Amino acid sequence: MKRLVAWIDERIPMTKTWNIHLAQYPAPKNFNFWYLFGVLAMLVLVNQILTGIWLTMNYVPSAEGAFASVEYIMRDIDYGWLLRYMHSTGASAFFVVVYLHMLRGMMYGSYQKPRELLWVFGMLIFLVLMAEAFMGYLLPWGQMSYWGAQVIISLFGAIPVIGDDLTLWIRGDYVISGATLNRFFALHVIALPLVLVILVFLHIVALHEVGSNNPEGINIKKPKGSIPEEEKPKFKFHERFTKKYDIVDAFPFFPYYVVKDLVGIGIFLFLFCYVIFFAPAMGGLFLEPPNFEAANPLKTPDHIAPVWYFTPFYAILRAVPDKLLGVILMFGSIAALFVLPWLDRGKVRSIRYRSGFHKVNLAVFVVSFVALGYLGLKPATEVYTLFARIFTFLYFAFFVLLFFYSKNENTKPVPERITK
Amino acid sequence: MKQFLKTTLLVAASLWSVASFAADPTVPLDEAKIDLHDKASLQRGAQLFMNYCLGCHSMQYQRYGRTFEDLGIPDDIGMANLQFTGEKVGDLITNAMPTEAAGNWFGTAAPDLTLVSRVRGADWIYTYLRTFYVDESRPFGVNNAVFPNVGMPHVLQELQGVPRKTTEEHMVDGEMTERYVGIKTDGSGMLTPSEYDQAMLDLTNFLVYTGEPMLLQQRRMGWYVFGFLLVFTIFAWLLKREFFKDVK
Repeated sequence: MKRLVAWIDERIPMTKTWNIHLAQYPAPKNFNFWYLFGVLAMLVLVNQILTGIWLTMNYVPSAEGAFASVEYIMRDIDYGWLLRYMHSTGASAFFVVVYLHMLRGMMYGSYQKPRELLWVFGMLIFLVLMAEAFMGYLLPWGQMSYWGAQVIISLFGAIPVIGDDLTLWIRGDYVISGATLNRFFALHVIALPLVLVILVFLHIVALHEVGSNNPEGINIKKPKGSIPEEEKPKFKFHERFTKKYDIVDAFPFFPYYVVKDLVGIGIFLFLFCYVIFFAPAMGGLFLEPPNFEAANPLKTPDHIAPVWYFTPFYAILRAVPDKLLGVILMFGSIAALFVLPWLDRGKVRSIRYRSGFHKVNLAVFVVSFVALGYLGLKPATEVYTLFARIFTFLYFAFFVLLFFYSKNENTKPVPERITK
Repeated sequence: MKQFLKTTLLVAASLWSVASFAADPTVPLDEAKIDLHDKASLQRGAQLFMNYCLGCHSMQYQRYGRTFEDLGIPDDIGMANLQFTGEKVGDLITNAMPTEAAGNWFGTAAPDLTLVSRVRGADWIYTYLRTFYVDESRPFGVNNAVFPNVGMPHVLQELQGVPRKTTEEHMVDGEMTERYVGIKTDGSGMLTPSEYDQAMLDLTNFLVYTGEPMLLQQRRMGWYVFGFLLVFTIFAWLLKREFFKDVK
């Protein structure tokens, strides 16, 4: 065994990679509940890829066969319903964990210097994930698949001059049709997952280059020689980390956080499996009832609502009376998150040491996001539209206010070391 | 952190009242107390479906064989008594109604009913089947309380009798308005009102079954998965506790 490992190590850096990224990777000792969602996102990604492969084996990507093939999988394939529900529930679970993962980053300032690129890669993952989910939702070829896609693609028509040609180019037809389904299928099963996996790889490369943040927002890398030997952790960290710095208040990711994450994964799987086995439609949130009716281009549903994970942005779109301006604000709401590392000019990372004003600001942002998500599910009545406008305003106000107060914020002193 | 949570909850709570708007002014749905374990009910429902519905409504994603198996009907008995459109037991439950012609006859093609329970819900189906009423202004002489101006004739009239809508006068904003109360039959049907309700419950039960034929297997498996996860999580927690003795 030893000789085999040595033989491999002479040819590829197996042991070295294992050590740098797991066994000798210094992770801050104070990770809490919020630090679970990264590993959960990876778990869900693997789930999506594996179940996706098996679904592809029986799915028929054509306007004539798609809907029936999904029902064929649900009824005639052994455990086909399980594969399908794992995949459909996985899509929603992906957004649940990614939203919580992003909120974690916002609470503890994980996007601040030197983790700007890490955050940007994360945002790119989020963007690709939205495209992936959107295209995947067309594939069952139900009424909501069809009309949801119709509405979203028509948004590009609001762009002046090139709008109409652009929508034609995306659809490959004058309306959503089999041509659209086929290209979305290709993008959903090959192009976007490939991009997604590469981005996840880069996200982790960036993370392991700068090191993990933690709930205190305190740097665990101290200047070389500043820490007396007896205060250093008793663990061996890879020299890549210890060459330039003294590492404090950390322990190796493997085995400590791996076994801790296993517990979190177990609890997550309880919730995940509850949905799969007992509430796969999740009361119409994860699988919308009209989507159990095959797509019919001649019959528009009374109320077209995107799946829950898009509704915050959909609500922003609808809140604006002008279509083009609505589209701009909708994309702007995502773009604002992209540039968050530069909008926040504060030096203190963790919410624990930031001003009360910042805490309220972030809380209002979270509430606005959830409220917009709720409003996006509802028909646009006068009252709802008014509320959607208020929350859209508050959503953007978060970024504007942050930019101004963060420069000279009244923060608490941050301790030198992680004590908790 | 605590303050952050507190503020979040506070802001959320003060906005909760927003959530209680939208009201639908339609007929209230009756609760369909169905039982997917009740095979006799499912068999009666299948019988009703094959005799009264299948002429126009297909069930194109469901197979005869699977239905017989799940409902505890031996294949030969099922093929002899419940199968009018297929040839082999493995066939899908389709019919010969041409879609285009149906559009001309009824104004719209009769929808496939395999998944109707997932689109509409059991309560809706149960109420719909029991709220046809005489309305001479409609092409087939009947209308429906939960599906106004439906294109479907009341094919179950020989069972229910002639149903009439009962309403009561009601004062709303100083004006007398008619309010829907319920449906009453003239008693000419083959079934009494309570027998008819039971028959419609059986039919609803069957349609819920065909919407999700895997439902019972799915739930049973869910409990085994929970059992496994419980063991897994306990051992993971013990493992974590053991390892974290090093770092405390």
